Amino acid sequence: MRWLKSFGLFWWDFIVGDDWIVAAAVIAGLALTALLTHLGVNAWWLLPLLAVGLIPLSIWRLQRPADASES
Amino acid sequence: MRTGGLGGLSIVSGSRTDEGWSQVVSVALFVAVFLACIVEAVEALTILLAAGTTRGWRSALIGAAVAVVTLTVIVVVLGPAISAIPISYLRLLVGGLLLVFGVGWLRKAIMRASGLKAMHDEDKIFAEKRAAAEAATSRKRPLVGDWYAFTLSFKGVLLEGLEVVFIVLTFGTNGHNIPLAALAAGCAVLLIAGLGIAVRSPLARVPENTMKFVVGVMLTGFGIFWGAEGAGVTWPGADAALLVLIPAVLVVSLLYVKLLTPRTVRIGDMAVEEVE
Repeated sequence: MRWLKSFGLFWWDFIVGDDWIVAAAVIAGLALTALLTHLGVNAWWLLPLLAVGLIPLSIWRLQRPADASES
Repeated sequence: MRTGGLGGLSIVSGSRTDEGWSQVVSVALFVAVFLACIVEAVEALTILLAAGTTRGWRSALIGAAVAVVTLTVIVVVLGPAISAIPISYLRLLVGGLLLVFGVGWLRKAIMRASGLKAMHDEDKIFAEKRAAAEAATSRKRPLVGDWYAFTLSFKGVLLEGLEVVFIVLTFGTNGHNIPLAALAAGCAVLLIAGLGIAVRSPLARVPENTMKFVVGVMLTGFGIFWGAEGAGVTWPGADAALLVLIPAVLVVSLLYVKLLTPRTVRIGDMAVEEVE
């Protein structure tokens, strides 16, 4: 059981990393793109916009605990 | 009629233009895999050197060799399994994973370039690993010798190598060109191994932070491209879109560095004022 937990944690850390919001947003972005495409909208612009927005959001999220602990 | 290519949309009925784009994308794929593998290989080499120089080379090299065999098994098992996934699902899966990885690499690279995070320093990491290896108690095991050196080098090579394997398999299968991706990875590993043998110290002069920035840009660009394709999108300009996407991601990332850098200075100034 302990081995299984370690195995799961390893893959979580390897794939998701230190900010789960990025992974969740990418999954949501892909799902929304697929939905829009299914509805006839060629949403090629959605993922680039998502990536452009995700980077500062993730930086802000990672900086936040450090700032809080320093104060 | 589409007959496939590196972006999956490339060579259209022998069109010279599309073949030209496809070749450019091939170069982009080679560069992305090569640079990513250089970065991972440098990091693995640092750990191997720390284990070898402090605890003895025999156990460290056995650990590295066992890790390489394990990685080979993973490639042999995962390669055909990944290739068996239908191409649209594969692009969706791989695009999503590359985008998650790319944003992660890029975020760290932007934070390092703007001063929000300490630069990756192989000399410092080597010194830390060396100190830990020297302080660790020695446990002898049959065949392996020094267990600490074995596990340190095994884990280091396996973990760094796993990223290389992931990048080669995802880029290779999605781009229908595993040999090219494998060649890029092989060249990178051989180059770093050769330099490591020649120098016998951490390769601190390799511009790792810059390379991580470039790799982050390329992983993000390919991730957006393949992820959207997997979700059913038709890119304007087909494969040529990738050659707009990657520079666009680069420009936006450089803008973020520029925007974040003055803020860092201001925070630094405030911190100094508070201390004073």
